[in-house]
Parts: sequence; C-alpha cells; structure tokens
Amino acid sequence: MKKYETPLLDELEKGPFPSFVTEIKKAAAKNEMANDELGQLEYSYKTNRGYWKHGGIVGVLGYGGGIIGRYSQLPEMFPNVGFFHTVRVNQPSGWFYTTEVLRELMDICDKYGSGITNMHGSTGDMIFLGTTTENLELIFAELTSKEKPAHLRFDLGGSGSALRTPSACNGPARCEWANYDTLEACHQITHEFQDELHRPAFNYKFKFKFAGCACDCVASIARSDCSVIGTWKGPILIDQDAVKWHEKKGMNVDREIVRMCPTECISYDGKELKIDNNECVRCMHCIAKMHHALKPSGERGATICIGNKAPIVIGTIISHVIIPFMKMESPFTELKELGRKMWDWWDENSKPRERIGEVIEFKGMRPFLEAIGKEPIPQMIKEPRRDPFMFYTEGDIERFKKREEEEKKTGKFNF
Amino acid sequence: MGFYGDRKLTAEEAKKLRETDIGPPYFRQFLPPVIKKNYGRWKDHEILNPGLMVHTAESGDKIWSVRVATPRLMATDTVREVCDISDKYCDGYVRWTSRNNIEFLVSDEKKVEPLQKELKDRRFLMGGIGPRISNIVHTQGWVHCHGAATDASGLVKSIMDELCDYFTTKELPNKVRLAVACCPNMCGAVHCSDIAIVAIHTKVPPVDHDKLGKICEIPTVIASCPTKAISPDPAKKSVKIKDEKCMYCGNCFTVCPAISIIDPYRDGLAIVIGGKVSCLRTNTKFARLAIPYISNEPPRWPKTVAAIKHIVEVYAKHARKHERIGEWIDRIGWERFFSLSGIEFTFQCIDDFTFMRDTLRCASTFKW
Repeated sequence: MKKYETPLLDELEKGPFPSFVTEIKKAAAKNEMANDELGQLEYSYKTNRGYWKHGGIVGVLGYGGGIIGRYSQLPEMFPNVGFFHTVRVNQPSGWFYTTEVLRELMDICDKYGSGITNMHGSTGDMIFLGTTTENLELIFAELTSKEKPAHLRFDLGGSGSALRTPSACNGPARCEWANYDTLEACHQITHEFQDELHRPAFNYKFKFKFAGCACDCVASIARSDCSVIGTWKGPILIDQDAVKWHEKKGMNVDREIVRMCPTECISYDGKELKIDNNECVRCMHCIAKMHHALKPSGERGATICIGNKAPIVIGTIISHVIIPFMKMESPFTELKELGRKMWDWWDENSKPRERIGEVIEFKGMRPFLEAIGKEPIPQMIKEPRRDPFMFYTEGDIERFKKREEEEKKTGKFNF
Repeated sequence: MGFYGDRKLTAEEAKKLRETDIGPPYFRQFLPPVIKKNYGRWKDHEILNPGLMVHTAESGDKIWSVRVATPRLMATDTVREVCDISDKYCDGYVRWTSRNNIEFLVSDEKKVEPLQKELKDRRFLMGGIGPRISNIVHTQGWVHCHGAATDASGLVKSIMDELCDYFTTKELPNKVRLAVACCPNMCGAVHCSDIAIVAIHTKVPPVDHDKLGKICEIPTVIASCPTKAISPDPAKKSVKIKDEKCMYCGNCFTVCPAISIIDPYRDGLAIVIGGKVSCLRTNTKFARLAIPYISNEPPRWPKTVAAIKHIVEVYAKHARKHERIGEWIDRIGWERFFSLSGIEFTFQCIDDFTFMRDTLRCASTFKW
C-alpha cells in the first residue's frame, strides 16, 4: 500500500478532542480506499480546495436513492477513490443499538467499503463512507438479506428528491418530557412511506423530524419540512417541596424562574409557587430548570409545523404552525393522511427544486390550508397581516353579507 | 463476527437474498431491559457531572448515561472498541445522540465508575451535558463533498481542542450549540445555532461555455439563481452572469458543474451567532452575521478559532444565568454586542437579501 506523508493532517491529531484524522488513519492502515482518501484529503489541505466530482447517478436495483455517487477528480493520483460512493443506512429510531447490530454493520462496511463511517449523517442515517459501484448490490444484499434474523436487517435511507430518512429524539425511551412516542412515530412513518423514501418522486426533498417537547433535541423546527413537536394541554403540576429543594440548592426562584417566564404567568411568595396555566405557552423553561418540581399533565399530543429549509433559494426559514394540536397515537393515521395531502398539493403547485415551505410562501397559506382541510386559527400566526391587499372569494363576500343580514334581523352584531 | 463472516456474497447470491422496502429494524429490540420496562414512565433526571446523568423512573429504577464525544467520522475499529466497552459495562446497549456523541447506557450503578475510568484510560472525552458546549454539528467538507469550500471536520477538531474545557468541565450561562457548514448550502442547519461557521464564496463564478451547453439544462441554471443574476447567452448556447447581482451562493454550481464556484484563495469563513432551536423562554432564533470574512486557513484555522473563543468568553462574562447567546444579545442590543466584543461592524452585517426590511432599526431607541 502506498504510504502518504501527511504533515498537515498530522497537525489535527494533536490536542484533546478526538481526531477524525486518527480515525481515517486507523481505517487506512488496512484499507486501500481509506488510504487514498487520506492522501487526497492531505492534498486538499495543501491546495486549499476539495477534489470530489459532482455526484453521479448510481444506486441499487429498484431504488432511486440511498446511494450518493462520488468520484475523485484526481483518479490518477488517488486510484482507490476513483469511485467512492456514500451508502446511507437507515438508522433505528433514536439511534439505539446493540453491539451485535453494530458489529454486523461494521463488518459490512469493512468488507465492501472503506472502513470509514459517519455516526451519523446530518439527516440521521448511518453512513458508510466510500465504496465502489460493483459493491453496491452486494452491500444492499448483505444489509437486507432474507437469511438474516429481523434485527440484523437494515435498509437504505433516503436521498435526492424524495422523503428523507425521518429521525427522532430519544423520547419516552429515556426522557420524562416526551409528550408522545417520538420513536414509534418515526418508525411507523418511515415504514408507511417506504416507496416515497426509496423512489424519488417529489419535486425536491422532504424531511420529517420528531421531537418530544419544545426543547427539540432533534432540531425538528430548524431541520425538517414537517416538524412534529410534542406538547400538552393540562396544567403544569407543582411539587411545592421540590420547589424548596431547588431553592436550597441555590436557585433564585424569583430571578431564574418567575422573572424569566416569557408570559409572566408564574408567581412565588417564598412559600408557594403558582402558575396561571391559561396564560402559559408551554415553552419548557421553568420545567427544564426546575425539573424536580414541575411537570406537564393532561392531554398529550404534538404541534405540527411545516416548511423549514436552509438558505437556498429564498433565505433560511423555519417551520411554522399549521396544526396546533394533533393526537399522536399509534397507528398515527392523521399524520399519515396529512403527509399524503401535503405532498399532493406540493406536487401540483411546485416547480423542480422547490421545497414545500417555499411553495406555501409563493402561493399563500390559504390554498395550502384548504388543501389539507384546515380552518384558519390565530395559533397559526404571530400577528395578522399589516397591509390591505387581500384575496376575497365570492364565497367570502357572500358569507360576510349573509351574516350582516342576520345581524339586521336580530339587531345584534357578531364580529 | 457478522452474519456472513469474512465471506463476500456473490452476485448470484445477492440477487436471491436481497429484499427492498424492509425499512429500519424495530428500535424496541435495541433498548436495554430497564428502558423497556420503564418506557414512557420516567419521572426525573439529574446531571451528576458534565459527562454523566441519571434518569429515575416512576418505579424507582434508574439508568445512567455516560456521554463521550466523537469526531462523527469513525473507523469501524473504533465503533468495535465502543462495542467492547458497551459489552463490558452496558450489557451491549449503546446509543448515539443527535449531536454525534455516544451515550453508554448503564443499568447497574456499580459499573458507572469503572466505566468512566476505562473511558478515561482509553482517552475518550466525557462531557457535553448541561450548560456547556456540546459536540459540533457539521457537514462533510473536503472529506467527501464536491461543493465544500472548506473542511468541516478539521474546523471542528481545531475549535473543540480550544474549547475543550467547556465540554468537559467549565459551565456557561446556558448551552452553547456550535455548527459548521462547509458551504452556503448549509446542510448542517447552522442557521439556528448559537455560534456557527459558514464557509462562503466571494467571487462571481466563471462559466465554461463550451461545457455548459452540453452538460447543463439552461432553464434550470437560470431558475437556480436567487438574485436573478443569470440570463441566457444564445450566441454561446450558454448563460451569462451579471456581476453586480451575483451573491456567490453557488446554487448555479450545484445544478451545473460547468460553473466553477470554488476559489482556493477567495473562499473563506463567515461567523454567525445568536441562533437557537429550542423554544425555552424565547422562540427559535436565526443566527445573525457577526464576522463576514476570515481566510480559510487549514490545518488549524487560528483566526477563526480565536474569534469563536473570544465570542464565547464575552458571552460568558456578560450574559445572565440561563440566557442563550441570542437572548443575551436581544437584551443588550446588537450595538452593545459589537461594542463589548470589539468586533468590527461591516456593510455585510446589514442585510440586503430577502429579509432586509425585518432587520433594520425603525426607532431612535438605541444605545450609544
């Protein structure tokens, strides 16, 4: 195997934080692909630029995604990364593994790939970084093999203009704040929409992320087209003794909790903490900081927000509320139906490479809400419009006029 | 050893054994027994130290989570090392977090200390829990992306080496979430991070007219431009780019390789700050531009690292407890942030893209 001198990358093996260079070298010691990856990366560091070509179209039979074609621009210098495709492996909900499963996956990555992984990619998949075109079918067969027991069988994730691999926070598995079963929802949505995930038929990508509460540990509101964020309807339960415990531990309840409440709905007289639950917006600040004393109660579900995307083309946008409260119980029928309705509307109204959030912005909320069958309510917005340029349908005017006729009859105004 | 051991499948076998659309395996199989038993019935948690927390169930059962950092890019042998450790202390159960950390899930309290000791001996870095800096979410960079303007992994390593104490021990007023995006596509969703680095281009991309007509769809290229800087060039069967309109986003390059946005000398890094994802106290915030340009300086990016450390230190000194960077700046005002930090305010800090109007100050109430 060729030995590359890597004086620049060696600098990145110094210091306390774990080093990706050490990782690449570890793989490179026994893998030609990883070795040339190391060589090319050093060359990038030397010349201040990357050397990968635009992705080509490669994949496995019957799928249109899950593999990202990657080729070196310098195959003469680094022949073993001439073909260096990414394999996205759909992770289990919440990134929980057993060592048996991890070893199985690592063996596949070593046998057919570079021995380098990403744990995990931005969307959530486990990534096998780098393999050849002819190995793709073998990897896929070994991942999905009918001979293997169910827990060792993995599928590919999404890529391209398709449903991308959904992901979830660790939810009820290890968190007291999960307002619905994020892991189960993620699993069931992923299985329901296997066709949409593996065979790109959308105009652009579409992502789901499932967060159990407003802490949003999977960044659903900032990283998914459909953000499913857990919330609740009942009062915040208070354990007054635990409030005292927090105080004893050094918490300044007035400064850290009462005065930091965004809606000023908490009061504390040194004896009893009170919350005006009608005015609470469930932001999680008091619950997260005073976690022994406070917890949500009552009906649980999720707020559905839509439309986040990164800056290209119109600038960054985050998801906005379309359904303030949805019950989130297995088999998640309402969410599945919403998905289908949204995609139909998006498909009919978008051009290639337009995300759903952009299309809603171009077309307006009304046609979108009508397509998914939802009435407008104030929880959807931060504030009403400030200009007088509005669309009125014939039906709208008819409705306004009819109501006024009624009012004349009864002598009582209804606004 | 995996199901098929060292044996590679033949093409014939692969055809027979493969199955499409099976989806991911059911996650419940991978949960430790104590989690299965107490699923959805957790009562409380406590952060015992920066790398250790314990969750208590209504039943009184407990699970300890020991968190360690990873570089995200991991050799298979390192994952196997993690497996060996998990087998020894965690009955073979382990998970990854949304920020590329590993959590060892321990059901037996007696195993917590020995696990921490072994992790320390093996030079794993424990930390990241609580009001600290956790691992940096980042993109692929030169390691594997065609459009990268910098290397994400190298930046992450350089920054985290410098800020390591904030991962392992030191507290901050609240969490500080960092992210690195290696081009303006921003795959890492850096736009809602407390501090993020976005690699940027600064030059109108040259067009290879001979190639463009052959390999790119001209309407797609024109439509890709957010500032309408691209128009058809019928004579050359190509496109032309209006210099004064181009903001170098690189979207045309994304749809058409005949346009070359990469420029090793001019590409650089911008630093945006004050974003957040969670809705605690204040709603999700976008990060805003603090520093418009620092040269791309591998392998250790000294100026970028120093700038980030400086911003963290100014925040640590001035923010109130529980304030995120963005909440602190909202309270004191951006004019005060620039005066406290000594960072130069530049033309680039004034938005002239789609959301400009929302960012201008329409009042005489500001600080001197």
